[in-house]
Amino acid sequence: MNRPDLSVELAGIRLRNPVMTASGTFGYGREFADYLDLSAIGAFITKGLSLRPKAGNPTPRIVETTGGMLNAIGLQNVGIDAFVAEKLPFLRTVDTPAIVNLYGNTLDEYGELAERLDRLPEVAGIEVNISCPNVKQGGIVFGTDPAAAREVVDLVRKSTIKPLIVKLSPNVTDVVVMARACADAGADALSLINTLTGMAIDLDRRRPVLANVTGGLSGPAIKPVALRMVWQVAKAVQLPIIGIGGIMTGRDALEFMLAGATAVQVGTANFLDPSAAGRIAREMEQYLTEHGVDDVKELIGALRA
Amino acid sequence: MQFKSMVLSNLEVSPGYFRMRMTAPPAVIGATPGQFVMVRINDSIDPLLRRPFGIFDLGTFDTEFTDCGRQSYLEILFRVVGKGTAMLSRFHRGDHLDILAPLGKGFIPGDPSGEKILVGGGIGLAPLYFLAKELVKSGKVRLFAGGRSKEDILCITEFERLGVETYVATDDGTLGENGLVTEVMERRLEGRSGDRTIFACGPHPMLRAVATIAQRLQVPCQVSMEAYMACGVGACLGCVMKGCNHTESTPDYRCVCKDGPVFDSLELQWD
Ligand SMILES: Cc1cc2nc3c(=O)[nH]c(=O)nc-3n(C[C@H](O)[C@H](O)[C@H](O)COP(=O)(O)OP(=O)(O)OC[C@H]3O[C@@H](n4cnc5c(N)ncnc54)[C@H](O)[C@@H]3O)c2cc1C
Ligand SMILES: Cc1cc2nc3c(=O)[nH]c(=O)nc-3n(C[C@H](O)[C@H](O)[C@H](O)COP(=O)(O)O)c2cc1C
Ligand code: FES
Repeated sequence: MNRPDLSVELAGIRLRNPVMTASGTFGYGREFADYLDLSAIGAFITKGLSLRPKAGNPTPRIVETTGGMLNAIGLQNVGIDAFVAEKLPFLRTVDTPAIVNLYGNTLDEYGELAERLDRLPEVAGIEVNISCPNVKQGGIVFGTDPAAAREVVDLVRKSTIKPLIVKLSPNVTDVVVMARACADAGADALSLINTLTGMAIDLDRRRPVLANVTGGLSGPAIKPVALRMVWQVAKAVQLPIIGIGGIMTGRDALEFMLAGATAVQVGTANFLDPSAAGRIAREMEQYLTEHGVDDVKELIGALRA
Repeated sequence: MQFKSMVLSNLEVSPGYFRMRMTAPPAVIGATPGQFVMVRINDSIDPLLRRPFGIFDLGTFDTEFTDCGRQSYLEILFRVVGKGTAMLSRFHRGDHLDILAPLGKGFIPGDPSGEKILVGGGIGLAPLYFLAKELVKSGKVRLFAGGRSKEDILCITEFERLGVETYVATDDGTLGENGLVTEVMERRLEGRSGDRTIFACGPHPMLRAVATIAQRLQVPCQVSMEAYMACGVGACLGCVMKGCNHTESTPDYRCVCKDGPVFDSLELQWD
């Protein structure tokens, strides 16, 4: 019997399989090279990048919660100059597409970053994180206001010809409204979901556990929310979707594809098992073989509902 | 490296403290003292994240089960503080664990002729045993061990068997001197000179006190730090500490998992 075809195409990027690793959970790829053959996954997304280096939040920054974890890293990163000098050379050595996740503190920063990344051949695509506050406008989060999101995506679209993925925040009343705004502004694909805002309390000390008080919830606990959002957006918007949220196994990944995702990202699972992304791709292949599915693309949006 | 390990023994060495021996691939024997392991306690998602533990000891023993007739092992010494360590305390011989090891940067032994001063608070003694085993090969080693009570002073006889000179202090005076181990150490160091290095592991306030004393007496000092960790490989940036050059506009955060857990005490900001 032939091996099933796991390849998919996403915003013009060819992926050998639908499994990517999520921003902020996979460093710059190199950190995992001892544990995982990077050529066993479809693509990887690098840590959220900003124009200037970002210090991030005070500690503690992470805490485990039931079925998940909260993080308030505060988007700490090296900034674009150090990224180009120190991280880019490694990306050149792997034959797996590297997609750069970026964010800005202001609208202009998004544009400038996209312009600079546009010139780098090592960068296969851009994923725009809009789940961060606009410091110039009272800290309103770009990703929770359709007009602000439209502006960001519009500017980035004008600044680069690279495949443009927009990563949506789940911390909104109606994710479909946000998805439509980003689609209208020229996104090539949408990835969802980013973390859900939550908090943890230390009862005995009567204090929040995280120094930042609140943090982003990720891991298996958020999977049902993520599936629901992927399903809603897939019905409403024509763009390809990358499903993210609590994926631990090949079965989880395939559920996202049934809900309408063309590809998936694995985040928190990389922490429990640094070889998770490769294992998940293998498990997907095994499932397809066992169920006589020749091509994973047959499952995209094939939910019977 | 990532490997499946089999528990060989798991003994309660003092109330609430366990010493676990487990199989390891031969390459792990190359680990340096101060490096750590990340243990996945089970295949399910509860607990979700791996738990970090210092390497207490490692070595090989004779066996008929491997081709070369030697089986490598590593040991951890842990205190039950929560869900993960409680589960780990119930592991028996023959149970399996998924391990990442060796991780991080360990202690740098330094000039072999100098005097080596180890300072451990409570469970902080764990990585110091492996270190002491290496250091006694080349010179004089003194250990200052502190804890709340005599139950918290672990494996002292093991250190003594290595030929380490030990000094003990407890908060309640049930073993050794009554008081803080850092005070005992300070008294011992004061007024003497010579080539000395301090190696410390324990609770944060103890390490800060050790770092302050070391700086005042101008003794080089290496400290092993703890932080909440998720990945253990430098990817999540959850475990950071402020480095000595840190300011808001020029961040200098060090990953405890990758740049540490052992740091020169002058490399860190101790606020
Ligand atoms: C590099 C390093 C080496 C360590 N070496 C040892 C060792 O040799 N022996 C040992 O007993 N312990 C060691 N620890 C601490 C150990 O990792 C924690 O005690 C353990 O993770 C607690 O897990 P739990 O599920 O039992 O507790 P949880 O239920 O998760 O938490 C219970 C309590 O433990 C504390 N805690 C949780 N996670 C950590 C953590 N990562 N670091 C510090 N405190 C934590 C919290 O303050 C919390 O109050 C080390 C930690 C680090 C970072
Ligand atoms: C420690 C940590 C750091 C993260 N950093 C980023 C980031 O820099 N940019 C971003 O868009 N998403 C970031 N995320 C969100 C993840 O990419 C992902 O959307 C989320 O964790 C949900 O997936 P999961 O449940 O598989 O982890 C981070 C998540 C974690 C846990
Ligand atoms: S634990 Fe993830 S960076 Fe240190």
